[in-house]
Amino acid sequence: MTMSDRLVTLITGTRKGIGRHLAEHYVARGHLVIGCSRSPADWSVENYEHVCLDVADEPAVRNLMADLRRRHGRLDHLINNAGTAAMNHSQLTPLSTVRSIFETNVFGTFLFCREAAKLMMVRRQGRIVNLSTVATPLKLEGEAIYAASKAAVVSLTEILARELAPWGITVNAVGPTPIDTDLIRGVPADKMERLLARQAIPRLGRTEDVANVIDFYLRPESDFITGQNLYLGGV
Amino acid sequence: MDTLERLIYPAIDELAPSWGGVVLPKAPETPLIGPAAALDSLGLVTLIVTIEGRVTDELGRSITLASERAMSRTQSPFRTLGTLASYIDELLATPAGDA
Repeated sequence: MTMSDRLVTLITGTRKGIGRHLAEHYVARGHLVIGCSRSPADWSVENYEHVCLDVADEPAVRNLMADLRRRHGRLDHLINNAGTAAMNHSQLTPLSTVRSIFETNVFGTFLFCREAAKLMMVRRQGRIVNLSTVATPLKLEGEAIYAASKAAVVSLTEILARELAPWGITVNAVGPTPIDTDLIRGVPADKMERLLARQAIPRLGRTEDVANVIDFYLRPESDFITGQNLYLGGV
Repeated sequence: MDTLERLIYPAIDELAPSWGGVVLPKAPETPLIGPAAALDSLGLVTLIVTIEGRVTDELGRSITLASERAMSRTQSPFRTLGTLASYIDELLATPAGDA
């Protein structure tokens, strides 16, 4: 086991959107960033490594962590960004869609938390940040399964925070508002306007807004902050 | 391979300084769970994770000790250091990816 000099940050779902922005953001801050997604990334930058895997594939996730352990000897941060949504009325939602959303959003998040924590326990420190959503507190029609899966992520965050605290690992979540990414591309404009009107600050979010909250959670001084979920936009 | 000597006892040596005086005798019959166990639940979790890490470092294999296979047994593989060693041997005898 060799020890990397750089902070090692693992981010899921980095092929595009928020995940890509976060990967570039933390590379710019001097971290060694390991990203993953099902498909290869069509972008690259120095000090960024991309791994192709399904976040709910247990052997693949275990192999990724074993590889991190062998090559870098440490994992400082995990950002569970990978997520999927299927916006539709519950009466028009097949069970296969429910399973698929829970596989990625809940099972994948759990798996990465569990396996990353094993690596963080070695040095008795670590930061885990999960992605929730304002769709849960806003109780958005058409997003029952997505919102429910992210409610599960909040619950996981709160309990894992307590379970992992003895090893100096914090677990927090950030809940973005809608951001102009593929995830919301299919939402009708009038619905989006009504949704934004329910925020204290009625605008689309930016990836920088998400990075700002994660920066705060990752700071060494934030070692007394755990089990928290921060919604953006004043929701 | 002597799993106790190569993987488990070194993990105990590594963790002992953090156990605040708790002594886990390096012997196959040492209990890990139950009233006679010296370690509390957090200590046991740390030991399991440390042993998994040693398997990766020493053998280049990635195994999960707290697997469905382990949890579904009527006789827990975590009863003693000896039963844990036998269970690790069993996992290592299965093809990588299935353990």
